[in-house]
Amino acid sequence: MDPTIPKDIPLGLPAPVLLLEILVVVSFLMHILFVALMVGGSLLTVTLELIGRKRPEYDRLAHLVGATITVNKSLAVVLGVAPLLILNTLYTVYFYSANALTGTAWILVIPMVIAAFLLSYAHEYSWDFLAEHKGLHLALGFASAAFFLAIPLIFLANVNLMLYPEVWDQVRGFLSALILPNVLPRYLHFLTACVALTGLFLVWYAGRSGFPAEELGELSRARVRRVFYSVALVATAAQLLFGPFLYITLPAHAVSWGMTLVITCGAALAVLALWLMWKEVQAPDEAIGRGLWPLVGVLTLVVVIMATGRHMIRETAVGPHRDLMAAHTAEYMARVHAAQDYVLIPGGLGGEALPPGEAMFRKVCSSCHAKDQRLVGPPLTEIVAAYPGDPSGIVAWARAPGRKRMDYPAMPPQNLPEQDLRAIAEYILEQAPGT
Amino acid sequence: MDFPIFHIDFFGNRMLIAGIAILHVLINHAFAVGAIPLVTAMEWWGWRSGERRWDDLARRYLWVCFIITTTVGALTGVGIWFSTSLVNPYAIGSLIRVFFWAWFTEWVVFVTEVCLILAYFLLWKRWDGEHKLRHIRLGVVLSVTSWLTMAIIVGILGYMMNPGAWLVEHRLIAGFFNPIYFPQLAFRTPMAMVMAGALALFLNLFFTAGDRELRHRATRFVAVWMLVWLPLFCAGAVWYRLVIPRFMAEHFSVALGTMQFQNLYSTILWLTGLAFAAIVLVALWGGLRPTSLPRWAWVLPMVIVIALTAQFERAREFIRKPYVLGGYVYANGIRVSDYPLLMKEGLLANSAFVSEQEVTADNRLQAGKDVFMVACTRCHTLNGINSVPAKLEAMYGQDNPWSPEAVDQYLASMFAARPFMPPFPGTVTERQALAEYLVGLQTRRDVAAGAQTDGVASAQR
Repeated sequence: MDPTIPKDIPLGLPAPVLLLEILVVVSFLMHILFVALMVGGSLLTVTLELIGRKRPEYDRLAHLVGATITVNKSLAVVLGVAPLLILNTLYTVYFYSANALTGTAWILVIPMVIAAFLLSYAHEYSWDFLAEHKGLHLALGFASAAFFLAIPLIFLANVNLMLYPEVWDQVRGFLSALILPNVLPRYLHFLTACVALTGLFLVWYAGRSGFPAEELGELSRARVRRVFYSVALVATAAQLLFGPFLYITLPAHAVSWGMTLVITCGAALAVLALWLMWKEVQAPDEAIGRGLWPLVGVLTLVVVIMATGRHMIRETAVGPHRDLMAAHTAEYMARVHAAQDYVLIPGGLGGEALPPGEAMFRKVCSSCHAKDQRLVGPPLTEIVAAYPGDPSGIVAWARAPGRKRMDYPAMPPQNLPEQDLRAIAEYILEQAPGT
Repeated sequence: MDFPIFHIDFFGNRMLIAGIAILHVLINHAFAVGAIPLVTAMEWWGWRSGERRWDDLARRYLWVCFIITTTVGALTGVGIWFSTSLVNPYAIGSLIRVFFWAWFTEWVVFVTEVCLILAYFLLWKRWDGEHKLRHIRLGVVLSVTSWLTMAIIVGILGYMMNPGAWLVEHRLIAGFFNPIYFPQLAFRTPMAMVMAGALALFLNLFFTAGDRELRHRATRFVAVWMLVWLPLFCAGAVWYRLVIPRFMAEHFSVALGTMQFQNLYSTILWLTGLAFAAIVLVALWGGLRPTSLPRWAWVLPMVIVIALTAQFERAREFIRKPYVLGGYVYANGIRVSDYPLLMKEGLLANSAFVSEQEVTADNRLQAGKDVFMVACTRCHTLNGINSVPAKLEAMYGQDNPWSPEAVDQYLASMFAARPFMPPFPGTVTERQALAEYLVGLQTRRDVAAGAQTDGVASAQR
């Protein structure tokens, strides 16, 4: 039995494994959709605002896109709680170990997301106020986007490291976890998906009757939608490169034929989605957007298939280690159970039966009080001198010690039963007779 | 226990959780659970009286709450997950197994709350006129939803202090409806309302600067709000105090004063009482004579509320020691029922991420350090807050060399002398190695680096 295999928490799972697995995949997809809209929204807002320096209608469009971040970011965060909770449940040891190994970066996610959010509020709601100070305004946008670009790296490094217990003892901090295979290819895939999904979202958003297309001057509604479709198209086309790159760089212990088949089906459907997007970009103004929902349907299927493939990667990667861990945990719990009647007497009394007052003195008091010199508290000789023939006085002090000697640490109150304290006090008084 | 050992050696691991969690409590009590009903009440008042100014003021309060809760509020909540997972993964991992469905339900309520607060804030101006009543009703639903998130999490907090019947029954319902649950809820609900009042008083300084008359009437409104909830807050506090397990209540003096100042306990209690009375006085003054309220009186309740909240949360977390899960897991992250095995066969032999598996003649110092990292660093540091060498120095002074036998003796009986300390979770040999390691620190400073910088050291076995 390899003792480097950690032990799992010995409490049963709160629900059937299959239910938890379905919940984690579904809840994670909901979370990552809004994360994509938040990250993509931030990137697109800043890009459109940059274009808007020469063409004011794009500045206006950027402002409208920026408003979506307000809602999407809050949904992204709150929807993240469920997959976090379920990952903690299903992969307890794996996830927490990865967290600890990347701990500094991991906890920095919190202030970084706060900063990203506050900056995006500042950017969006100071648009008119800083109209004459575009440089400063853009800086706010860049800063917010920079955080949104950095934070996913920390998540990706973690969820990757958690699947790789065999390399845990080689990791020294976040950066070494970041360069493990295959974090960076995943990051490229993720960023590209953010842009694609946001593009499609904005096609829908710009098509709503509430969208103030009349504020965009020369930019017609159809043109706006075509622009967003093009963004989605280019990004999805790039996935034809980044997707295979991601697959090829997967560490071998995570790959299986089943997963390969599943991912290939997903990729095939993604090509179909790409073709549907192409058709939409080509469509005439009055027809643009009609193909959106079929496209969304196909892409939903792609995403669900890819998420399933991702789950298969998880199971392939940690399955064998987890079996070992379960066996080790069971063996450990058996030993815990067998040891229940082992009792260690603190201080080691060597088998002699001591009178209770002395036994308890040794157990409770002797670590701080020695016979005739200061250990932590005053020696017995001083105590006897302070309470001559007065065990009640010692008991009272022990229950609620005051503070006579400021150069000594404070004595903690001893809340033993009355007769025990009494026995100890009498023992103390016997120790220095005649003083 | 079997996790790479994350460790912060200056501020200490407890401070990581404390800072994030106290900030979160301040926000979710004052800016959400308490603030939303207050805002809704003021909005309703504006509708009832036909005076637009109340509506505007309520919306401005909400703006502050929206910005803060959707950024710092939400992320510090996630931050509690992150920090407890780093500092005591065994405890939080166990809690999740027990309370998974409670947290899942809490999550569903959170999602509802987020959707509702987005709607409540973003639709304020649009749902005006004939839709105003619908908007107010939305505020009421949001108030209840916010309160529900607190009502669920308090079940888990109470369990940590006193799991009640769960220790025998091991069922969620038994753990959730623990003896602490209703008293703590009865305490926190009015507390949140009072905190929101303190916040609103402070905001009045800014939001009613140009309108004296509104300032006085708004102050009276908020003061009346606070006066309604203050007696309930008192009653809840008394009830809560009564159900705290007796052996935990004995730790209050150290909880509030630290060991250094534990004999100032009654002074601290007096000051706490005075601080609370100050809030009552300001509320009375603001309710009866708002025109004469001095500037500092708008700020004082909020400052006191922040201090009292930090003090309360510190006390609540401290008195629970030596446990992190009462009666089930000690604060060092080791299960109570694992102790006999560990004391018999060794802590190191049963830890996955240490560099030494057992104490030998050659490795005593390293083994001692390994024991320190596994058994002590959840609460202690080497060079920072709650540092063990500093404690040894306070106990034994620097004039003489520290004695390994004396330190070993102390470690053996520590939990009798300091009841908030867990017992030593290892063999006598391991304890002695730890004592030797600690004694060595009298003259030689060592560094305790966590797994987040130094990785794990699994021994060559």
